[in-house]
Amino acid sequence: MKNGFLVFLASFVVLGGSWCGFVLAPVLQLGGGKQTAILNSSDLYPVNRPGQANQGLQVYRANGCAACHTEQVQQSGVACDVVLTGAGKNPVAVTNLISSLKLNGLDKDLADALVDKITAAGGKAEIHIVATGPDIARGWGRRHSVAEDFLYDDPVQLGSLRIGPDLADVGTRQPDANWQLVHLYAPQSVVNDSAMPPFRYLFKVQKIGSAPSPDALVFPKGFGPPAGYEVLPTARAQELAAYLLSLHAEVPLHDAPFSQPLAASKP
Amino acid sequence: MSTNEKSGSGGLSSPGGASVPASRLVSSLAPPGEISPADIDRSCCVPLLALLGGAALWLVVGSVLGLLASIKFHAPDFLANCAWLTYGRLQPVADDALLYGFCLPAGLGVALWLLARLSQTPLRGAVVPIIAANLWHLGVFVGLMAILIGDTTGFAWLEFPRGGSVPIFFAYLLLALWAVMIFAGRRERGLYPSQWFLVAALFWFPWIYSTANLFLVAWPVRGVTQAVISWWFANNLLVVWTGLVGVGAAFYFLPKFTGRPLQSYYLALFGFGTFILFATWCGIPPGAPVPVWMPTLSATATVLFFVPLLVISLIGLRTVWGSVRSRWDNGPFCFIGSGMDFFCLSGLMLVAMACPKISPVTQFTWFGPAETQLRLYGFFAMTMFGAIYYLLPRAVGIEFPFPKLVRVHYWVSLLGITLLVVPLAIGGVLQGLKLQDPNVAFADTTKAMLPFLRVSTLGLTALLLGNLLFFVNVLGLTLRWKLALLKQFIAFVKSPLEPGSACASLRPDKEVGA
Ligand code: HEC
Repeated sequence: MKNGFLVFLASFVVLGGSWCGFVLAPVLQLGGGKQTAILNSSDLYPVNRPGQANQGLQVYRANGCAACHTEQVQQSGVACDVVLTGAGKNPVAVTNLISSLKLNGLDKDLADALVDKITAAGGKAEIHIVATGPDIARGWGRRHSVAEDFLYDDPVQLGSLRIGPDLADVGTRQPDANWQLVHLYAPQSVVNDSAMPPFRYLFKVQKIGSAPSPDALVFPKGFGPPAGYEVLPTARAQELAAYLLSLHAEVPLHDAPFSQPLAASKP
Repeated sequence: MSTNEKSGSGGLSSPGGASVPASRLVSSLAPPGEISPADIDRSCCVPLLALLGGAALWLVVGSVLGLLASIKFHAPDFLANCAWLTYGRLQPVADDALLYGFCLPAGLGVALWLLARLSQTPLRGAVVPIIAANLWHLGVFVGLMAILIGDTTGFAWLEFPRGGSVPIFFAYLLLALWAVMIFAGRRERGLYPSQWFLVAALFWFPWIYSTANLFLVAWPVRGVTQAVISWWFANNLLVVWTGLVGVGAAFYFLPKFTGRPLQSYYLALFGFGTFILFATWCGIPPGAPVPVWMPTLSATATVLFFVPLLVISLIGLRTVWGSVRSRWDNGPFCFIGSGMDFFCLSGLMLVAMACPKISPVTQFTWFGPAETQLRLYGFFAMTMFGAIYYLLPRAVGIEFPFPKLVRVHYWVSLLGITLLVVPLAIGGVLQGLKLQDPNVAFADTTKAMLPFLRVSTLGLTALLLGNLLFFVNVLGLTLRWKLALLKQFIAFVKSPLEPGSACASLRPDKEVGA
């Protein structure tokens, strides 16, 4: 082939094209990443994690938690829920009306029509926007994860495999630091048959001194160290727990709106 | 040597499109006795031993660690007290030992040899690639240790921190430079398709690896841009780089084994063009928390990736057509044939994962790792095994000590890949269906996966066994070579009257027709 040079020139352009598309363009578009306003509020999102939580991200990275956990809630769409806010002068009629109707998971037009009907019957109702999809129904978050959620993370730990649950909103789901620490030390003590490996090396077991130390883990009945001993988290474990508690996906944003309390968490 | 040694370049096509068996071209172009293929083979001897010997060792290390990691699914408490051996470190170490320890140096070695053969040019200045090969393996060692002590960068397939990434980057540059120098000094101006694939791969890795390290590790960009670049990098390494090297090698070996020219030149050009056009854009998962155009564009490119997949499998099929039976008596042919089969299969899995109906089910499940394992073990490693079994004895001038084990290795690997990939893929789909149904408790999705993970652990065991067989053969060949060197040295010491001949034969690249 005499046109060998042409082949290489063309390959160079093609390869360079993908570099421009998925390296250069994202850097230009997202690189200067700015905070956005929270929906219906003047507060900005996100704020940097507290220092200890940021160090916890490094513990998360170093121990490869992302091999088993994702931090990206998925959402298949949005729906409208109609919520009765007042029964008005004729509560019986309103109750009769709504008892025969579906109020959840409607599209916008249906919801509007329904609100009109309820208003006509004398009641008061409003529309709540909710995110839908299996992850939301599992209680893994109130909306899908968006670019803003990761603005201050380095490295960003999105993960790709769900051997364990998604952790994008675990700080909302399990807000108790002791629970997090006990779970890291002995997952099976708080979750039956947990398949998560224990991270005992982030803790130290020691004889209780003159008085039990205030940081010692509190175990559920039947678990924990032998009598006379206590389990203390190392600094790394505490940082990791602080990081886990700082994980939230519960702030409504313009590109990920919702206005409905979290669906009950399923085990 | 039982395999048919036909010519230096498999099959060349003239620009007019008519395929001409290369043997005729070569014999008419190369003045007889000037540089024989054997000379060219021998010129690569020590660099190849350095690259491939280390690669064989990392392959075994990687499979042992992968097996240990896999056992943790059945016994989460296994080795749990040791920070070094926690799952989140073992798994990336096993993956990187396979990719950076085996796949890349094996691919580089095979590319070096193929380019020397195709360019009919011996490798000169072997010291540099030898040093580079050792630097590479040193870098891999540092990188793997760094992950074990918790010093990973945290990006999948880019875990090595500076201590590992800098040495392997420069080692790669040196090796690629030498390969390109061979290519530039080629005697035949016209190009054979394998040469496009290999040179493009040589060139692409430094680009993507430096980009990823600069943007993610040295001066990290902010937020999810990190994720986009790391997906882009991983895809371009796992799919594009391995594809270019593996298919480039197969396009050389298949015509050689079947005695039929590659079918055909223009189809190969089309396959090459569409491959780099589409495959380089894959990798951004649907539903990622990034601006929507990125996953959309990526999914479109992945679906279009079907085109080069089809073309490349068509070329492979038409080239081996009618020679299927001869495949089973030829160890290297078995490996490379299966490698191409798995290239197509893993490619189909990749395309499937990008389809809008399928991706919500397969995302975040074991289906993804199944695809990656099929690509790395089934396609790339198998192709490299075939190539190495073919070229290493020629380069060293010594037979493998246990030639019968080649066939055993093939069947054990095939068994291992099947037991590893099939359960993970099926289990992954089941897992995905369960994850999509919020009424199924999460613990049940984990539990349902267990039987599949059990079988895949068996698969990893079989792969470990196969890799050990490979290692034993490569090690045995290296020992034989060292023994031969020692014998020559002793002969040289004992016969000071004829220093010239013994001295010359100590240097492998001068060992003409030994
Ligand atoms: C081998 C895979 C694996 C690794 C590695 C792993 N986990 Fe888990 N994780 C699981 C599984 C499985 C579960 C579900 C069972 C449970 O809750 O214990 C889980 C659950 C959790 C939960 C509870 C989530 C919830 O919804 O209640 C948290 C928090 C968690 N993991 C944090 C971590 C952290 C932090 C790390 C790293 C130090 C880590 N995991 C490493 C598998 C893993």
